[in-house]
Amino acid sequence: MLRLDRLDIRQEDFHLTADWQVPAGARVAVIGPSGAGKSTLLMALAGFVPYGGRMLWQGADLGPMPPGERPLSILFQDQNLFPHLTLAQNLGLGISPRLRLTEADHARIDATLTRVGLAGLGARKPGQLSGGQIGRAALARALLRARPVLLLDEPFAALGPALKAEMLDLVSETAAETGATVLMVTHDPADARRFAGLTVLVADGVADAPRPTAEIFANPPLALQTYLGK
Amino acid sequence: MASRAGAISAALLGLAVAALTLGSAALTAGHATDWSLGPADGAALRFTLLQAALSALVSCLLAIPLARALARRRFPGRLALIRLLAAPFLLPVVVAVLGLLAIFGRAGPVNAAISALGLPTLSIFGLHGVVLAHVFLNLPLVARILLQGWQAIPAERFRLAEALSMPPVAQFRHLEAPMLRSLLPGALATVFLLCLTSFAVALTLGGGPKASTLELAIYQALRFEFDLGRAALLAALQFGLCAAITLASFRLTTAAVFGPGLGRDIAIPAPKGWRRGADGVTIGLAIAFLMGPLLAILLRGLPGLTDLPAGLWPALGRSFGLAVLSAALASGIALTLALAVARGQGWLELTAMLPLSASGLVMGTGLFLAIHPQMSPEMLALPVTLAVNAAMALPYLFRLLLPETRALLADYGRLCDSLGLSGPARLRLVILPRLARPLGFGAGLAAALSMGDLGVIALFAGARTETLPLLIQRLMGAYRMEAAAGASLVLVGASFALFWAFDRWGATRAAA
Repeated sequence: MLRLDRLDIRQEDFHLTADWQVPAGARVAVIGPSGAGKSTLLMALAGFVPYGGRMLWQGADLGPMPPGERPLSILFQDQNLFPHLTLAQNLGLGISPRLRLTEADHARIDATLTRVGLAGLGARKPGQLSGGQIGRAALARALLRARPVLLLDEPFAALGPALKAEMLDLVSETAAETGATVLMVTHDPADARRFAGLTVLVADGVADAPRPTAEIFANPPLALQTYLGK
Repeated sequence: MASRAGAISAALLGLAVAALTLGSAALTAGHATDWSLGPADGAALRFTLLQAALSALVSCLLAIPLARALARRRFPGRLALIRLLAAPFLLPVVVAVLGLLAIFGRAGPVNAAISALGLPTLSIFGLHGVVLAHVFLNLPLVARILLQGWQAIPAERFRLAEALSMPPVAQFRHLEAPMLRSLLPGALATVFLLCLTSFAVALTLGGGPKASTLELAIYQALRFEFDLGRAALLAALQFGLCAAITLASFRLTTAAVFGPGLGRDIAIPAPKGWRRGADGVTIGLAIAFLMGPLLAILLRGLPGLTDLPAGLWPALGRSFGLAVLSAALASGIALTLALAVARGQGWLELTAMLPLSASGLVMGTGLFLAIHPQMSPEMLALPVTLAVNAAMALPYLFRLLLPETRALLADYGRLCDSLGLSGPARLRLVILPRLARPLGFGAGLAAALSMGDLGVIALFAGARTETLPLLIQRLMGAYRMEAAAGASLVLVGASFALFWAFDRWGATRAAA
């Protein structure tokens, strides 16, 4: 269970509170207008933004953990891969941050590349890949890290609808395989419906408690109505 | 995570640099006896400021069109030319002055052409000679810094500009001007400070009451008048001046806000028409101005190669060892400080720039005074020269590394943190490969500067610790001009080879 216990994020003229929990294995869409704090919420979870209150995973406080030791992986909007390293090396960082890799590790990397549809591309550098392939590689590394929580900060925002849907399906499949809890920032209701059982609405300084996605769109709160333009 | 060990070692290195610069300045100032400026001192102060301002302004103004032309044009020999741009700055100053004298001197081809037109000939001595030499030495450095800035603009931005059919003017305003605004203040300040503390140029082309710099006045007070009080006063004055300029430049500098590109090699758009011609003329003039003196040195030095003086090879070996060690030392310190500053230890930025304010001569004098009664200066000649040379190179390396280090941390710092990539692994896997290009260039710069340096060593060295520039200076003092020219050529060749090797290493690592 991921618990946000009276979470309170304050930056200059920005304020966001949250006090709720999601069960382990849930898939949660985080939706809301630009600037409301969707990304900031994920950055706080990942350990990049200071906050008041507590965040707990299975009862353990994330606060004292440095970003790399938190039980989570994050996919940023961009900069998910190092351009000077090959795909295999970029994935290898998910196994060993010092990139000390065994034969078995290389076999795992190859298998994971194949799993996400990048078979045989391990020697390529990110500059030689398409946007979709870069997204797949970043996801493959998250798979290798096998942390129980996966944070997606709109890593597929630049992809076309078909490609994005494909990527979300891949996330769904792999998350189901590993039982990962997924929090995904999106500004597209279709993404939320397609991917997430639960939806968190972030608006007016509050990240609301998660509600079933079908329900929240069937009967949207005022802030969501405004955002959707209904 | 910024490791605590990294922060502490950066702070210790910063303190060591501060002790070397401020400490030696304080030591010399401690010998000050009288605190009133004479009329000659006032004139030296005015001349120093005037020539430094003119030199910095002209160098930067000329570097902009040159760097832009080099960034967007592709022609045979372009890479060789860019590498050669490092040449004048890396040239031992005394050798550079010899080359300029050959071209712009009384009997040089420029004055021959002018008098053929029936116009009065120009003298290379005095203000315009000093500015000419400083522009010759610094214009290529600024051009290379700006060229790196142009290359750091993601190619995707230029594509976007083309897609929006931005005319060259708009493209300049939105893509290139922000980069220039972020780099030029630093470049201006660097050249200004460099010219403020430049010694050999003023010594050879300046002089007299009308064209004497503070640095020259310090030297004369120390060396000929043994007036330690006046030397200390002038040193304090100059140090304050340099510190003020350094501080002012911090306020002017703004970080360029460019997202990262994926490093695909896309040529910057090259407009046709008159702009093409203008770029061609710019590049042609630059080649003539920068390569002429180099060619003159080559022609004068070749005959001397057959009669190389005794002691040349041991002196070359000493210079070479000093250069490699000081390059390694300066690169290590600059990288440590740049990382620390990029992570928020802002006070270290001032520390890294301190050596610009303390000239090699002042540092050397301070160290001399510090060890003089206890130890023989000759024993410490090489270690002291190593420390001072590394310190003198530090500001350039730091200036080169800081913007790229900041960008690196902004772009990939969070990714590193989220993957738990820290400490030596982060250095090996991310920092060194991503910064290889400026590191290689900077280390090459440091090595060549050390190779050609003639400052501290003159205060300390005896016959057994003679470096090659010192040997050349002594040959010239003995009027063995042929041998001096030959030895100059060897020195120049060694400096360039060393710079080339380092720069090449960085470029290869960055491309890999």
